[in-house]
Amino acid sequence: MRSLSKTTTDADSLRGQIRDNSVRIIDVRRAEDYKKDHIPKSVNLPLAELLADDSPEKVLKIAQNLGIDDQTQVVVYDDTFGALASRVAWTLQYLGHSEVSLLDMTYSQWKGLGLETDNSETEISSKTHSIKLQPQIMSSAEYLEQVKEQKNVIVIDNRERLNFLEQHIPGAINIPYRTLASDDKILKPKEEMKRLLKNRNIPQDAEIITYCGSVGTLSGLAYYALKSADFPNVKLYVRSFKEWKGLNKPIVRQENANYWDLSAE
Amino acid sequence: MKLSTITKQSRQGRKPKINWGRVEESERFAETVKLFRQGKLDSDLFRRFRLQHGAYGTRMTDDYAMVRIKLPAGEVYPHQLEKIATLSEQYSIGSAHVSTRQNMQLHWVILEDVSEILRSLAEVGLTSREACGNAVRNVMCSPVAGVCPAEEFDVTPYAVATAKFFLRNPLNQSLPRKFKFNFTCCEKHGMARMVDIGLIPQIKTINGQPRRGFKIFMGGGLGNRSFVGHQLEDWTPEEDLLYTSIATIRIFDRLGDRKHMERNRMRYLVNEMGWEQFQTLILKERAIVRMTQSAIVKLSVDETPQKLESHIRISGFDDKSIPDGFSRWRKGNTFAQKQSGYYSVSITLEAGDITANQLRALADISKEFSAEGYARTGFVQDVYLRFVSEDDLPRLYSKLLEVGLANPGSLTMVHPIGCSGTTSCNLALTNSHRLAKEIQRKFIELKLDEDEDLRESSIKISGCPNSCGQHQIATLGFFGGGGRVDKDMYPVYQMSVGGRSDGETMLGVTVMRIPAKRVIPATLKLIEVFKNNKKPGEDFKNWIHKVITGHADSQVKSVNDIKQILLPFTETPSIEQDKDFYADYGSDSSYHTRTGKGECAA
Ligand code: SF4
Repeated sequence: MRSLSKTTTDADSLRGQIRDNSVRIIDVRRAEDYKKDHIPKSVNLPLAELLADDSPEKVLKIAQNLGIDDQTQVVVYDDTFGALASRVAWTLQYLGHSEVSLLDMTYSQWKGLGLETDNSETEISSKTHSIKLQPQIMSSAEYLEQVKEQKNVIVIDNRERLNFLEQHIPGAINIPYRTLASDDKILKPKEEMKRLLKNRNIPQDAEIITYCGSVGTLSGLAYYALKSADFPNVKLYVRSFKEWKGLNKPIVRQENANYWDLSAE
Repeated sequence: MKLSTITKQSRQGRKPKINWGRVEESERFAETVKLFRQGKLDSDLFRRFRLQHGAYGTRMTDDYAMVRIKLPAGEVYPHQLEKIATLSEQYSIGSAHVSTRQNMQLHWVILEDVSEILRSLAEVGLTSREACGNAVRNVMCSPVAGVCPAEEFDVTPYAVATAKFFLRNPLNQSLPRKFKFNFTCCEKHGMARMVDIGLIPQIKTINGQPRRGFKIFMGGGLGNRSFVGHQLEDWTPEEDLLYTSIATIRIFDRLGDRKHMERNRMRYLVNEMGWEQFQTLILKERAIVRMTQSAIVKLSVDETPQKLESHIRISGFDDKSIPDGFSRWRKGNTFAQKQSGYYSVSITLEAGDITANQLRALADISKEFSAEGYARTGFVQDVYLRFVSEDDLPRLYSKLLEVGLANPGSLTMVHPIGCSGTTSCNLALTNSHRLAKEIQRKFIELKLDEDEDLRESSIKISGCPNSCGQHQIATLGFFGGGGRVDKDMYPVYQMSVGGRSDGETMLGVTVMRIPAKRVIPATLKLIEVFKNNKKPGEDFKNWIHKVITGHADSQVKSVNDIKQILLPFTETPSIEQDKDFYADYGSDSSYHTRTGKGECAA
């Protein structure tokens, strides 16, 4: 197992790193939001651009163009409760870049605290990065199907409760993504996260596979939540439920109850 | 209550004086769930423990629970609303449900997460302790107590003190069955006669001195068999409130039926024993309680005058900018308080459901608009904001409109009650919850909220013969069941008419079974017949009352006549002719009944 780099970076540390120029900050919001303002010296990588083609070759190119080499410390942020940032961070990790973490708050929270923002583009000189794929953090549909019955494997669905009740992968348990955050941080304090998982009887040594609706964002956040609670063996089913359904894999639902009619939406 | 102190509105909103929560209980809950899951705790014992902590079972599954958050007297503060909003997104379905007993419920919670909810509730001073199970349930209090023009004094402090006295009190940890208190403000707003102990405030002049006391009713209640409560005595002075309550609970604890689940509520004891004998027992027991306990126990009634906050008023609303529908809303959702210049506003929720975002908006709105700085849940799955300045009503309306909380007709018949039914209840036979929503949408579309004749009437729906939806005290009551054509089943409702819970409390009279998909047209038909037959000035409620009590002076003279009129609605098409007839609301497949073990929940 790779050394566990820290999952999140707090505002103070990041500001320190900005001062000594020892970090590459990635803003994954849309280009027009980034243009308005962003954390000083950050570079923009809208999630959509990454998702358009997230093959290792393409991701490598993107990373290099963002000035990331094997040693670069990377911090990623978004304004979508950390889910988009998680997807980008995970993708870099999968490529083999270990020095990546999430800003522990959203951009709105950063601004809300009155911290520095900037609107000038950051100049980037591209770097060279290697590829050392990390298959132990990725799950495909085939892999999930193969291992999901195994005793030490736990599949976690991070969509909202009603969506889960309506359909999910057989055997999956539900931890809605909202459960992962606290009021002012994208992730709950470690001890709280641990308590929740302990209540759910999820053993520390389990192999965990997380998934969500379509592109692995909400479940990406769950990936980091589990990491932050010291769960060493977590995989992201990156193509998630959308692919699972598309492949006509088995699905189960909670029967005989009209739970949707309890929603006031 | 004196309305003297004016303080400045704070940004965080007002905080409650009483902390109902206990963090330790959440830890104990988590441990107990573990023991149960490991098979080290018997399932009946676990069930009792779970209910005592406010967690109900859920339809057809052991994996999920419903957490019932107790709101004594319905009081809920802005930061508590915000917390409930967050909890609903984290652990429930993103909506919460306001019950007919002023609780807020979170449904479809994973049993293993309940302890996390209990912990968070305790952090904001809330609890679900004794919200279910055989204990004194949430102590209810009229949502307009303190502002009702007809009340003699504000009973809220007495309700809150009663809740405080009994919560976690050993007296009430294993009663034969649940026990319900209901404090009302006046004869009209409440249901003093339909609970174990119901109270109406009454001032009596003794030796030239006005003294506070109550009319106390006992042994009423709705259920598979319903009874109307009896008045204990002419007048009960406030000092005797606690002694009477303790005495009643002691008698019930001692003599109540612990064997027969279906008749263990106190009303059956009263019925079997006969009222006179029960009454004598209570009065005797009270004398003993008074003698032995007077030195030690007392209700801690909080008499400090309520603080009203001055408003930060953003420039006035000129007539032009008042959004459409304001006067309709004002007419059907608000009323003038006894304090001049102030209004109370009832917010109607579809079958009591409210989204997380609406809860957050409600938190902000209660900070901004209510001079008392908090909200109160009502008796009909609604929420009240009180002490709203008359000038602020248009702005409040537009705020509510923005978040989808401005449906008209909250105080009229277009606002029905529907218990949870097949959305979550194990005993449910039909989707009563959705039917209530369908009726409300249809009736608002037809603008029936603007019809003065219908204002005082009510529609209440239960998903099975248990009366969580209180169908027996509704002008039009419905409870769900299954009908059959050969081997095909379809959802039906037993309809009753003329129920009421006011000074002339009576149970509705059974009319007939109406297929679920015909309930709306049958109801509209009955309204049409009423319109054609009513005397000038007569409203729907009174017209029905006359019909069922044999005083009708129109063409429709009896329940039987109503039956004849509605008969066409009971015709059953074949499944080939009308597939929809055989499916319940909210479901596109054919209807079948399926029930589990009972722990009901409106
Ligand atoms: S038991 Fe109560 S909540 Fe459940 S369906 Fe019957 S009346 Fe409704």
